[in-house]
Amino acid sequence: MIEVVDVYYEYADGTRALNGVSLRIGKGEIVAIMGENGAGKTTLVKHFNGLLKPTKGTVKINGIDTREKSVAELSKIVGIVFQNPDHQLFADTVEEEIKFSLKNFNFSEDVISSRIKWALKIMELEKYSRKSPYTLSVGERKRLAIASVLAYDPEIIVLDEPTAGQDWIQKEKISEIINLLKHMGKTIVIVTHDIEFVLERVNRIILMANGKIIADGKKREILSNIRILERARLIPPQIPHLSYLLYEKGVIDRRDILFLDELLRELEARL
Amino acid sequence: MAVIEISDLYYRYPVSTDWVLKGINFRAKRGEYIILTGPSGCGKSTFARVLNGLIPNFYGGKLRGIAKVMNLDISRTPTYILAKHVGMVFQNPENQLFFSTVEREIAFGLENLGYSSEEISDRVEETLERFNLVHLRNKAPYELSGGQQQRVAIASVMAMDPEILVMDEPTANLDPLSALEILKLVKENIVSRGKLAIVIEHRLELALRFATRIVVMVDGRIIADGQPFETLQSVENIVGVPKIVKLYYRLLNKGVYLKNPPRSPEEMATYICSELGARDD
Repeated sequence: MIEVVDVYYEYADGTRALNGVSLRIGKGEIVAIMGENGAGKTTLVKHFNGLLKPTKGTVKINGIDTREKSVAELSKIVGIVFQNPDHQLFADTVEEEIKFSLKNFNFSEDVISSRIKWALKIMELEKYSRKSPYTLSVGERKRLAIASVLAYDPEIIVLDEPTAGQDWIQKEKISEIINLLKHMGKTIVIVTHDIEFVLERVNRIILMANGKIIADGKKREILSNIRILERARLIPPQIPHLSYLLYEKGVIDRRDILFLDELLRELEARL
Repeated sequence: MAVIEISDLYYRYPVSTDWVLKGINFRAKRGEYIILTGPSGCGKSTFARVLNGLIPNFYGGKLRGIAKVMNLDISRTPTYILAKHVGMVFQNPENQLFFSTVEREIAFGLENLGYSSEEISDRVEETLERFNLVHLRNKAPYELSGGQQQRVAIASVMAMDPEILVMDEPTANLDPLSALEILKLVKENIVSRGKLAIVIEHRLELALRFATRIVVMVDGRIIADGQPFETLQSVENIVGVPKIVKLYYRLLNKGVYLKNPPRSPEEMATYICSELGARDD
């Protein structure tokens, strides 16, 4: 469980990145945090594993105040996969990359080797186990960064822009991974601009602008509110956008349509 | 007249065991806005590097078949000559911007081409204005947002007035509105002036607003090439087909013909309304 209460954060250069943020994310939830670059999304999630400590306010993870624990201790509960995998990868081989945090967390050799196998398998990286991370494609490096976090089995997983620069097939793979994590009962926080992806995969959306939360709710409520999406400088997903325009023009009666089949049913009544 | 003519092109890198491009046939002319897409590793970046001669001139490897740009055989033309005809912009503008100010960045390519200092300063002014960079002229590239950096990268390439602009995933690191601005800038500032733009892009819902043609590569081959709607429809489950394209064809199956394939939700709403209006009459 993540509890953020009235958090402010100011970087050393005086930039105020968070301006009074409060939220609760319960166990097993899948939440997307969205907003334009500079809205404060990444600053917020860096508070979840204590990489940043609030200038004012409190962040609690499973009831623990992040000020009272080290990043290493919190990382065992909250695994963050950052946007650029290259900032995260440093080992000589793919296998060692995954091994690194497992060793740090003092898992036994048996557990380490089975976890490595498991993580390589679900991320489809087995054939690269002895290769250098730098010989992998960007998409593969991203999957490796996810694998190294999954391997030590944190309860909460934060994915920062998991689909950026990924092709459709890789996005489908990431969707499958998120599904798998959901079935494992993980809490998943996705920081993303990819609104079509969010439409398909997430239940709850938090919109940020200028270091504040400007909306927090069910996806149907948020994604059909074109005005609020514009305030967060997001381009609405195509079907909700089209449905909203058709509603405005009086063609259909519902304004909260998210999916193609829903819209088709509404249109069929008219066409 | 085609400004790019590729026939039966095969290529492999010095280290690759198999062909990376496997029999590419492709022609393109001025005024086209071509979106090149396909799964990672399909060879689209390799193909882009053929178009400005980095392949084979810089990368080496083995090239078979014919590749001509502005009627110049790329294997026999030095890259500095090809650079006058083909501008190239990459995913990460940081790797492309070297100078302390935007103005210097734009002047650099022109200096390299040996223009007089008067002409250089005229062209720099013109380019700054055309790409809406006048207010940023004294900024360092690292002080700019990702979208602004990409605009500078495009401007510094276009200052040399090439006929062709090739971009390799220019929006991969941008937020959606900045990505839309870049793709629109290419349309309004480059394609509308009769140049050819070839853009490698995964964000097809944004690209669809501007593309005149979509080319899909899989495993070193072009598997679909043509009018955006028909092309996307034919490659479902290989690339992410935008929802309005799917809806257009679902409506078509039910006997609803919209007057044109809509490029955006706004257009589709208008077409649906006029279709309903027509039926009411």
